[in-house]
Amino acid sequence: MNRPFELVVTEHGPSVLRVCRAVLGPHADADDAWAETFLAALTAWPGLSADANVEAWLVTIAHRKALDVIRNRQRHAVPVEHLPETASTIGVPEATDHDLWAALARLPDKQRQVIAYHYLGGLPYAEVAAIVGGTADASRRAASDGIQSLRTTFASELKGSLQ
Amino acid sequence: MNTTIDDREQPIVSELLHLTDPSPAELEGLHRRLEVLANTAGTLDVAYTTVDSPIGRLLLAATEVGLVRVAFESEGLEQVLESLSHKVSPRILSSAGRLEAAARQLDEYFGGDRTAFDLPLDYRLSGGFRQMVQRHLPQIAYGHTQSYREVAELVGNPKAIRAVGSACATNPLPVVVPCHRVLRSDGSLGGYIGGLEAKTALLTLEHAA
Repeated sequence: MNRPFELVVTEHGPSVLRVCRAVLGPHADADDAWAETFLAALTAWPGLSADANVEAWLVTIAHRKALDVIRNRQRHAVPVEHLPETASTIGVPEATDHDLWAALARLPDKQRQVIAYHYLGGLPYAEVAAIVGGTADASRRAASDGIQSLRTTFASELKGSLQ
Repeated sequence: MNTTIDDREQPIVSELLHLTDPSPAELEGLHRRLEVLANTAGTLDVAYTTVDSPIGRLLLAATEVGLVRVAFESEGLEQVLESLSHKVSPRILSSAGRLEAAARQLDEYFGGDRTAFDLPLDYRLSGGFRQMVQRHLPQIAYGHTQSYREVAELVGNPKAIRAVGSACATNPLPVVVPCHRVLRSDGSLGGYIGGLEAKTALLTLEHAA
């Protein structure tokens, strides 16, 4: 690739941060994964082939960096199920936001990942499957199951927006 | 069936998008962090920023060697970045840190408080005779001018008057490498990348017009 990398940060920075946040939660871990992802991408950028899907490439790197962060987290024995009190520092800390973060954190890893990569990263299920393993159909089912769990948790809050 | 699922998924997906939405300030903070990491890792091949000046907005770009490009807004900032990407490296980030000294010295120059630049320069965008001419130009003192013919003689190639002209016209470091101090033998302006108005403004600033 010989486009200026700055354009990549502008174009894909926000969606990759969404992905990192969805997978890791809205705190410093997501920032760490984002920064490590773009540092690695900057380094490898000149060697990336011109017809590569940049977003899929970035999400693949982000997936690996997020796993690194999780591995580090586990090594330092910080409980994953409990989001820190500061979880909702972004935007207005509405109770609903906090509940959805918690529900997202409770999903099985694979469901949370496929939801992040497909809905927030915008990758087709074939690309998602290439990152998380398994078939595209399996990724589609995992995303559907995950969304279903989130819907169940939020059935009452979402009733208004459903019709 | 797919449509039904999409309809049912849509509210929760909107909720997720809203939830994870980054603010401009958060993205800026992360960008700065990336700049520091890349600079430390030695993978920030080209850092650039833009500064305002009396002759319009200027783009400044530097490699690890030194200042590599000064560009006028009229050259098209996007095209300048694309060109740096091809000729130097696509590992380019907006990063004002590396350009701090250049920006400050330009500010002092335009304020009339500086008559010479003391910056590491990277001449890699020019080769051969052009680079030789461009390396000569900083020897023309502030407030003084030379003709294309004189420059040709001084670089040891008195017949290369046209080539001196094109070396000045393709100067990748205008203002800092003072190609504006080179005029025609009859005293008329000749050309300038930033436009003749800019050339006149610089010469007036230096009281040499």
